[in-house]
Amino acid sequence: MKVATPNVDQSQPVKAPLKPLDIVSKGWSWLFLLVLVIFFSIFGQGFLNVYNFQTIGADMALVLIIALGETFVIISGGIDLSTGFVMGMASVAAALVMSNLGGRAPLPVVVLAGAAAGLGIGLIPGLINGVIIARLRVPSFIVTLGMYGIARGAGFILSGGQPVSININGVGQIGNGYLLYLLPDGRVSFFHLPSDLQGVRPSQIIQLIPFPLIFLVIVVLISAWLLSQTRFGRHTYAVGGSEEASRRAGIPVVRHTILIYMLSALLASLAGVLYTMRFSNGAADVGDPLLLTSIAAVIIGGASLFGGEGTILGTVIGALIIAIIQNGLIFLGINPFWQFIAVGAVIILAVLVDQTKKQLA
Amino acid sequence: MKADVQPILQVKEIYKRFGGLVAVDHVSLDIYPGEVVGLLGDNGAGKSTLIKMISGAYKPDGGQILIDGQAVSFATPLEARRRGIETIYQDLALCENLDASANIFLGRERMRHQLGILRVLSRSYMLRESRQVLDQLDIRIPELRSPIRQLSGGQRQAVSIARAVYWKARLMIMDEPTAALGVPEQLKVLELIRTLRSQGVPVILISHNMQDVFAVADRAIVMRRGSKAGEVKISDSTDNEVVSLMVGAEYTREIKQLHDAPEEVRITTHDESEKDIS
Repeated sequence: MKVATPNVDQSQPVKAPLKPLDIVSKGWSWLFLLVLVIFFSIFGQGFLNVYNFQTIGADMALVLIIALGETFVIISGGIDLSTGFVMGMASVAAALVMSNLGGRAPLPVVVLAGAAAGLGIGLIPGLINGVIIARLRVPSFIVTLGMYGIARGAGFILSGGQPVSININGVGQIGNGYLLYLLPDGRVSFFHLPSDLQGVRPSQIIQLIPFPLIFLVIVVLISAWLLSQTRFGRHTYAVGGSEEASRRAGIPVVRHTILIYMLSALLASLAGVLYTMRFSNGAADVGDPLLLTSIAAVIIGGASLFGGEGTILGTVIGALIIAIIQNGLIFLGINPFWQFIAVGAVIILAVLVDQTKKQLA
Repeated sequence: MKADVQPILQVKEIYKRFGGLVAVDHVSLDIYPGEVVGLLGDNGAGKSTLIKMISGAYKPDGGQILIDGQAVSFATPLEARRRGIETIYQDLALCENLDASANIFLGRERMRHQLGILRVLSRSYMLRESRQVLDQLDIRIPELRSPIRQLSGGQRQAVSIARAVYWKARLMIMDEPTAALGVPEQLKVLELIRTLRSQGVPVILISHNMQDVFAVADRAIVMRRGSKAGEVKISDSTDNEVVSLMVGAEYTREIKQLHDAPEEVRITTHDESEKDIS
């Protein structure tokens, strides 16, 4: 994100030196990630492989996108429990619009209209969460727990209780496509496979950089910029540090809190739209298993549930740790149910490390 | 006093009641540039109600507040701040998870342009300006980028004061600024108040620690039961005179006796009288 631009105030950018304690406290998650990768590379046949890493990246995209919004909420001192079902509701809305428009409008219109419907409907629960939390001062845990149920019900009502599948060729291609295809005869193709592929076995084609990963990187970079470089990000930390001090300093705390919950809902809806494009269907409960995983990623990433602390980079590492545990255990041939136990243990470990760090500081 | 100088703050016959209780009863006072004024009074004497009206937290039921000779009326503390009345609260009003410079610029962040259209925080500008204002007040903070949670109580107090100075406070109100601090830090804060005075920023110091008031104040305004019991020039008065103003005539005779008592006794009872005020 660092681009050399002429500074308006002619300031010299100063790099903050890292202090030893920071390295230990921020570094443990990096170290843990590295240990996991080395461990699975040695003991898991086929783990250390570009394809597998691409799969990890594409699979963690949805969880991480939800976790990015949750990072803002948790730093501001709140929690959003409704993201999973907001994602499901958005996926249903996107799937309904796409399947109804399919064939009757050009593909880009179908996709954009579906995405707009998903994101638009997802903003409504975010707005309601924010207004009730910020204006009526009801704890975020309660409000978003209520919205968890409301979004769940609304999603099922919208979909008629059944998953809404879409049967449009192009949509799946966007959701599952790759940026680069290397063909065995040396040809390179961008965005889609050439149609003349007689005699080429699928395993001979090298596919690089899946689209979900590209979406993910863009959303991560924008979130990191928003949190670390803008006034919006600074005020998010301030509100999480002390709401009273923020108010006295003239920060519009109510408006800011509403915007944070809308951002969380928007990112959850984006995950829902991406789900629909990847799996060519939408269902009310697709986000349910992602909610706790996404919160776990934020916590493993070093954010404090008391607010005021956390980074996007931390959340990314947290999500990577979870994704690599889930993926690596498969390569070890271990019963996949062990992944829940492993991830659960890591969450507790992360909070323990955080507490020890605070005692040392 | 200083008839030719315009007072920064003038309070005229200000009045506030809560139900049947008259909390502040027609109090008037003037604050001039570069003076430190102690505001003293027993619990319930009306000190904080008076201060809350000046800082915009309460709306007066009567009377007038003038800044630089101009009548003002504040709906919120934020409006008072915009007119240059900064209140340093006991609980500091800082975000402990942010660093000193982020706190000094809290809510008034300096932005710069990125790629022509994006507006981002100008960290280096804010850091430089913060360092400058801290230097100007002779405040030493070892690491400007560490969260102020890691600073001592006195240093945090100093950050609050530096913020007020940076944003060109016309008048600083400090509510018990030394209450939660150790002795060396108390001295540091008193030193800071002297620095403010030398830079022309008047300070209203609310304290029940009379030593503090006698150490730094030029004048003391004494409140009793909602009214102004008196106003003394610190250099011309003794703490006993001030105490009798605070507690009223019924106790004055006892205090007089204490005053006439032998030295040892006087010192111990002096301590007691301080406790009474607290």
